[in-house]
Amino acid sequence: MSEKRLAAGAARNWHGAVFASFAVILVYLLVLLFTGLPVLSLFLKISPEAFLSSLGDPVVVEALKLSLITSAASALIVVIVGTPVAYVNARGHYPGKELVDTVIDLPVVLPPAVAGLALLMAFGRRGVLGQYLDVFGVTIAFTTVAVVMAQVFVASPFYIRQARTSFEDVDRSLEHAARTLGASRLRTFFMVTAPVALNGLISGAVLSWARALGEFGATIMFAGNFTGRTRTMPLAIYTAMQGDLDASLALAVIMVIASFAVIAAVKVLSRRRLIVAPD
Amino acid sequence: MLRIRAKKQLRDFVLEVDISAGERETLVLMGSNGSGKTTLLDLIAGTATPDDGLIQVDGRTLYDSDEGVNLPPEQRDIGYVYQHYALFPHLTVYDNVAFGLRTRRMPGEDIDRRVMDELEFVGLRELRNARASKLSGGQKQKVALARALAIKPSLLLLDEPLSALDIQTSARVRDCLRERIKKDGIPCIVVLHNPLDAVTLGDRACVLDLGQVVLTGKPGDLIMDWPAGCLTQPREIQG
Repeated sequence: MSEKRLAAGAARNWHGAVFASFAVILVYLLVLLFTGLPVLSLFLKISPEAFLSSLGDPVVVEALKLSLITSAASALIVVIVGTPVAYVNARGHYPGKELVDTVIDLPVVLPPAVAGLALLMAFGRRGVLGQYLDVFGVTIAFTTVAVVMAQVFVASPFYIRQARTSFEDVDRSLEHAARTLGASRLRTFFMVTAPVALNGLISGAVLSWARALGEFGATIMFAGNFTGRTRTMPLAIYTAMQGDLDASLALAVIMVIASFAVIAAVKVLSRRRLIVAPD
Repeated sequence: MLRIRAKKQLRDFVLEVDISAGERETLVLMGSNGSGKTTLLDLIAGTATPDDGLIQVDGRTLYDSDEGVNLPPEQRDIGYVYQHYALFPHLTVYDNVAFGLRTRRMPGEDIDRRVMDELEFVGLRELRNARASKLSGGQKQKVALARALAIKPSLLLLDEPLSALDIQTSARVRDCLRERIKKDGIPCIVVLHNPLDAVTLGDRACVLDLGQVVLTGKPGDLIMDWPAGCLTQPREIQG
């Protein structure tokens, strides 16, 4: 009897191992086929020599420079403006908070083309606000400022959502303890809340920067596609693809490497979360 | 001299107390879970606000609803040891204890001397460079105590300082606490569950039930009076 049970148990274990192996192979195949293969194709379609020579191409250099400057500026603006917004929403209760939260999250689900059109209708020369700015000679649409505004618009929810969650995770008794020890609200924020939430804030900022770096739809609608002024890397890839495929591939490869680095950084940071354990 | 008259509507009941304590007196608060003990400490510390009342420590008014006085926590000069210690996990033991001194802009040498003295007292001088998050429960408790005492507060609040510790550590921390309270003569309010701890640490005890003081007196006398299970059975409703 017991031998039969052992045999049945062994058979079950064997079936389980086969099923697990099959599942793992399926995961590998799906990932390789749908994501890995297209990404890998970018690397296979450009020779190292062509890649290196494209890095010296003025079109690539201009796009790279503009993308780095605008995405860094966008990430900085998002962090400076988004941090207090995230903190107030994490800790405060006020009328219409749900509505504000919904508006903050809206760009995540809004098609980028719609975002670009919305920005154009607001800040374009004939836009709701833009027409008044135009009177004072201030033009936003189709400038580098418009690129930054489009990037901030689409990238801000990524930081604000992450920052809000990180602030909510900070034990309130830490903030209360800091206050009883003599720290003002502001000092408590900078000395306790922000450092404890720092990993989450950094990973949110990195995600937000990555989203800004990859922004295409809103930028082309609101800022146009002008070399050295509004043609960021995604726009340059789109433009170069119609003439110089190597330049397009070189830019794409740089973006893949940057994206991979961002995901790796966020993963590492999210594993190093500080936890306030009672014991 | 400590005077607390406070009223606050909580979710399930009204916390309404009128307590006073003499100089150098240690007042023990007891009662079942959710009876309002921690909320009362928060009202005194200023991290929660009463709906009505008067809170005075050594003749200094911290809160007075009639006069519109409500000092923020950072101006109350109160040392608070939280139930789960609330040590700053990103700082070292030394920086945790020095935190309140730095906010007071004390000179660096004085901070160093005070921090080392406090760590010496709790026996953790060797661990001064360790991250607070890496300590054991007993060590955290001692650091939390050192941090609260380092600012030389006019009142010390301790929320269940021994509840998360094992029996041996609890006895050690209790002795350490008693020695320091008596030595410095700091007025103190301690939330406790264990009657033995109450007798050892307290000069006077109050038993809270649903936000009201139902018994008050010397801890030793109260042990005879309080109803069976009153201090140990948690209530379903939370304050």
